[in-house]
Amino acid sequence: MDFSQIFMVMAATIAMTFFLGRFRALKLGQTVGGRKSLNSLPTYYGSLMAMWCGIPCLILFALWMMFDDVIISQAIMQELPQAVLELPASERGLIFNMVSNIAENGATAGSEPYMISAADRLQSLRETSQLTLIACLASMFLLILATVWARMSAQTRARTHVEGGFKWVLLICASIAIFTTAGIVFSVLFESIRFFQSVPITEFLFGLEWSPQMAIRSDQVGGSGAFGAVPLFAGTLLISLIAMVIAVPAGLMAAIYLSEYARPAVRSTVKPLLEVLAGIPTVVYGFFAALTVAPFIRDTGGLIGLSVSSESALAAGLVMGIMIIPFVSSLSDDVINAVPQSLRDGAYGLGATRSETIKQVVIPAALPGIVGGILLAVSRAIGETMIVVMAAGLAANLTANPLESVTTVTVQIVTLLVGDQEFNSPKTLSAFALGLMLFTITLVLNYIALLVVKKYREQYE
Amino acid sequence: MQAVNTPIQKNEKLNANTNGTDQKKTSTDEMNNSAAKVGKTVGKPFATNPKMTMRNVDVFYGDKQAIHDVSLDIGKNEVVAMIGPSGCGKSTFLRCLNRMNDTIEICQVKGEIKLEEMDVYHPKQDVVPLRARVGIVFQKPNPFPKSIYDNVAYGPRIHGLVERKTDLDEIVEKSLRRASLWEEVKDRLHAPGTGLSGGQQQRLCIARTIAVSPEVILMDEPCSALDPIATAKIEELITELSEKFTIAIVTHSMQQAARVSHRTAYFHMGKLVEVNDTKRVFTNPEHELTEAYITGRFG
Amino acid sequence: MTNSNQALSTAEKVNQSLQKRYRAEKRFKAYGIGAIAFGLLCLVVLFTDIISKGHSAFFQTYVKLEITFDPVEMGLDDPSDTKQLAMADFDSIIRNALKEQFPEASGRRDRRALYAIVSNGASFTLREQLKDDPALLNQTVSVWMLADDDIDTYVKNREDADGETFAGRISEKQMGWVNTLIENNQIESRFNTTFFSSGDSREPEQAGILGALMGSLLTLFVTILLSFPIGVAAAVYLEEYAPQNKFTDFIEVNINNLAAVPSIIFGLLGLAIFIGFFEMQRSLPLVGGLVLTLMTLPTIIISSRAAIKAVPPSVRDAALGLGASKMQMVLHHVIPLAMPGMLTGAIIGFAQALGETAPLLMIGMVAFVVDIPGAITDPSTALPVQIFLWSDSPERAFVERTSAAIMVLLAVLISMNTLAIWLRRRLERRW
Repeated sequence: MDFSQIFMVMAATIAMTFFLGRFRALKLGQTVGGRKSLNSLPTYYGSLMAMWCGIPCLILFALWMMFDDVIISQAIMQELPQAVLELPASERGLIFNMVSNIAENGATAGSEPYMISAADRLQSLRETSQLTLIACLASMFLLILATVWARMSAQTRARTHVEGGFKWVLLICASIAIFTTAGIVFSVLFESIRFFQSVPITEFLFGLEWSPQMAIRSDQVGGSGAFGAVPLFAGTLLISLIAMVIAVPAGLMAAIYLSEYARPAVRSTVKPLLEVLAGIPTVVYGFFAALTVAPFIRDTGGLIGLSVSSESALAAGLVMGIMIIPFVSSLSDDVINAVPQSLRDGAYGLGATRSETIKQVVIPAALPGIVGGILLAVSRAIGETMIVVMAAGLAANLTANPLESVTTVTVQIVTLLVGDQEFNSPKTLSAFALGLMLFTITLVLNYIALLVVKKYREQYE
Repeated sequence: MQAVNTPIQKNEKLNANTNGTDQKKTSTDEMNNSAAKVGKTVGKPFATNPKMTMRNVDVFYGDKQAIHDVSLDIGKNEVVAMIGPSGCGKSTFLRCLNRMNDTIEICQVKGEIKLEEMDVYHPKQDVVPLRARVGIVFQKPNPFPKSIYDNVAYGPRIHGLVERKTDLDEIVEKSLRRASLWEEVKDRLHAPGTGLSGGQQQRLCIARTIAVSPEVILMDEPCSALDPIATAKIEELITELSEKFTIAIVTHSMQQAARVSHRTAYFHMGKLVEVNDTKRVFTNPEHELTEAYITGRFG
Repeated sequence: MTNSNQALSTAEKVNQSLQKRYRAEKRFKAYGIGAIAFGLLCLVVLFTDIISKGHSAFFQTYVKLEITFDPVEMGLDDPSDTKQLAMADFDSIIRNALKEQFPEASGRRDRRALYAIVSNGASFTLREQLKDDPALLNQTVSVWMLADDDIDTYVKNREDADGETFAGRISEKQMGWVNTLIENNQIESRFNTTFFSSGDSREPEQAGILGALMGSLLTLFVTILLSFPIGVAAAVYLEEYAPQNKFTDFIEVNINNLAAVPSIIFGLLGLAIFIGFFEMQRSLPLVGGLVLTLMTLPTIIISSRAAIKAVPPSVRDAALGLGASKMQMVLHHVIPLAMPGMLTGAIIGFAQALGETAPLLMIGMVAFVVDIPGAITDPSTALPVQIFLWSDSPERAFVERTSAAIMVLLAVLISMNTLAIWLRRRLERRW
């Protein structure tokens, strides 16, 4: 019997208490003159009983799951031979993994005797833990069940209690957004602080060289590693800039055409088609950029005598721009439609042509909203990962030439963290510092953008 | 606006505040001027055999006071009509009687409202049993997007009024008959309620309300969205229902008030100006504001 | 008189500049059309590119050889013995068949080139065949076997390049042999079932998307199971219960910001919290699902709130007026009526989650997984990640398969979005 089975049995038992509670309510009803004289519907009594019995059991189970492994592994570790205890933490971890492997799959050729005995001990501890848990759960369950059973009466305000619980559940669900934000902040902040303990923050923010490859052996060349993030920021900005140069005019003009010129039939076919572009996964764009656009740009450049890197910033930026077009166009579409018709009528009434009305009245009126939309688009471009991972380079060049290869913040995060890595080296930690930067920048951009858009909407509401 | 509440304050405050009233008298708006004339409620606000009693009720929306010190009784099996110009607070007052105003966060009710011995606004009073005893019919017919049967059966189901399906069928039929809708819908009980005509929908809503067997039915301009024929049917229905239920109805049609109610209460700018037997109100009103309203000088 | 003169001159002035203004108008309109044309062109180019690269992956070249199930060569005397069957050398009988057909290949290098015609996965086919029909022992039968990916590429592309013969990575000799096989009708292109029925492999001809697809579905399953109920609950709280206070505002600010946080940040969160802190294993659909849940929650909450807002207040009044409690009002009326809208928003959110790659890279769903995962706690990869992994491989056959995998992914996404649109049109109630 493992934990998932215990959980299943527990869940089934709790579900049963619902019917017990209902049954109890019906019995109570009989004694006081029918179902109608109960305070609440019998189902509420059932839910109340399930709630009372279920929540403590679930909490106990969750706590047990959280601490059970830690306590058992501590106990096992203490019983290992002295020689093992003196090993560094990572190697002890490996040995513990071997022990638990033996416990699960049986001994193999390489198992040492002390490991086998530790595995036996582990096995027995685990069994004891499970048995204790079952005993605790069962006795607690029965105790609560008996108490609730005895105290339930026809006057119990079951519905009010259940509704209180319901509201709490909803509140907790709504608060997950807060926990998520807090989780993000803490996860990147803690690791970043550890990173800044070994690499000064000024070097990270203002250093011009990025080569995070730490030497494995001290005698290796270039082993110290350099963590100056400026080339990464520059690369990110370059690619985002190229993307915006493509996406803003195209997206904006498309939105203007669709909302001001296009016939409804055209609008209702073209708009969803453009939105297909937004629904395509970024990994597809990345593939397109790396295998089609980048070689195309390189070959075209070669024809006119330019030397273009096969991982040029231009290719990645171009494809990212295409991806962002529908984003810009749908945000602009919203704000342009929010401009009151009366403003347009004013201009038309003076004899302005359509384009004059749009350029001189609609766009200026919608400008804050459009700017907000563009800021959101920029934040998206900065945070975009797959296109640049697949189509941009790895080497941190500090250049403004779009034909050369640059790298970005997101590319470095992926490169540093994909695959096996140790949690303690500055190389790994630097990815979290980059993540912190990325999170901060996008957060600020989003915040400003949402504020601008909100102000704009209030203006016309 | 602030100054107008002074005359109906408690007597000891009256003198202290009259100065304020004087200063505001420069207002040219007829409504505002007339508001100053509102004194204590005239007529007979109290009933000998009250079902619901309201004493010194004030209602606030945030800082704004919408109802000023209203005291009124609704007698057993009586139909009380509430009339007055739009925005006078009659709907707000009606919705206090079963705490429908609870849904508006900034709405605050002071004073005492009692349903027989039950204190409606007691902090521990649960609204659910209250609303089972005091039902409400709204201005616009609002059947649930479910079948006719389910609409009527909803109340009995959530309140656990029945134990067997046959009992429920019986309640549904009885309620629909009482709302004089049965003959029209008995063959399509499982068709959606939203497919009925406006008048039928409103009768369905009434059937839905009486299915719970409330003691009091509140009606908030129940005919304002209906055509004259549908209106006539509902009015007929109200008269029939008054044999069994206590009814408070808000209406902006004075003819309707005259036709269906026993007593009529006239509200003006959040104050209860006059309550009298309906005949008296429409033939010989006591208060000049009531007279001005029923003769069409404003409203 | 002066008046009419002036009017005339105004009209004249207007007329003078009119042509210029209309030209500007036309230019402006042309920009708009140009922008849309550019967008649509990109869409068309992208799809054409993917389809032209990927369509051939749905077919796979097979080679027919006369195979003799020689017990001595295979080192097997009892086909019903699973142990023997597992140890038996089926490669050698394939080699023999090839040698027999092309005796001219004599040198070591030639032989090796010859053997490379058939995929090294073909021996599994033979093993299965013999297992199913033990009577084949000592018999000679003609068997269709998987061709190697280079041969496959050659067969598919040899006629495409106009006039010029395309060799790909195969040698001239191999080309000759293959041409002979083609002439003898020993080469056939069939629907590529392997692609849909197996997991990842180093050999393109044996690689399939089933493992990745299952990984994606398991991940999505976790995401749907968690994010939909939580998202709906959060939306109900914010729309129906939340008091107007700082805490509610704080929740809303958080949701709006999370909706725009880059997905890779959620990957970092998953890595630090689920893997670093809770010590969950890497590469699990469970962890992937948790991360994607956190990522899609804001989208679902926002769209669910819109759907709940669209339920008219009169329905709430009706329920409350009858004495329904708030919970009954929500569960009996608001949620059922808002459900189509909530589902539409949620499906669009799930489609996004299904196409998401970056956060899954962070939590280690990039491993080379051959086995097809069957549970949320089996290590696995996901379809977009599989695309990312394959796109790194140089073989042309992998490019083809990457594009085909993209086609499958896009097909799934497009059908999800179509379902969402259909739901909206079909079920959404206009009030």
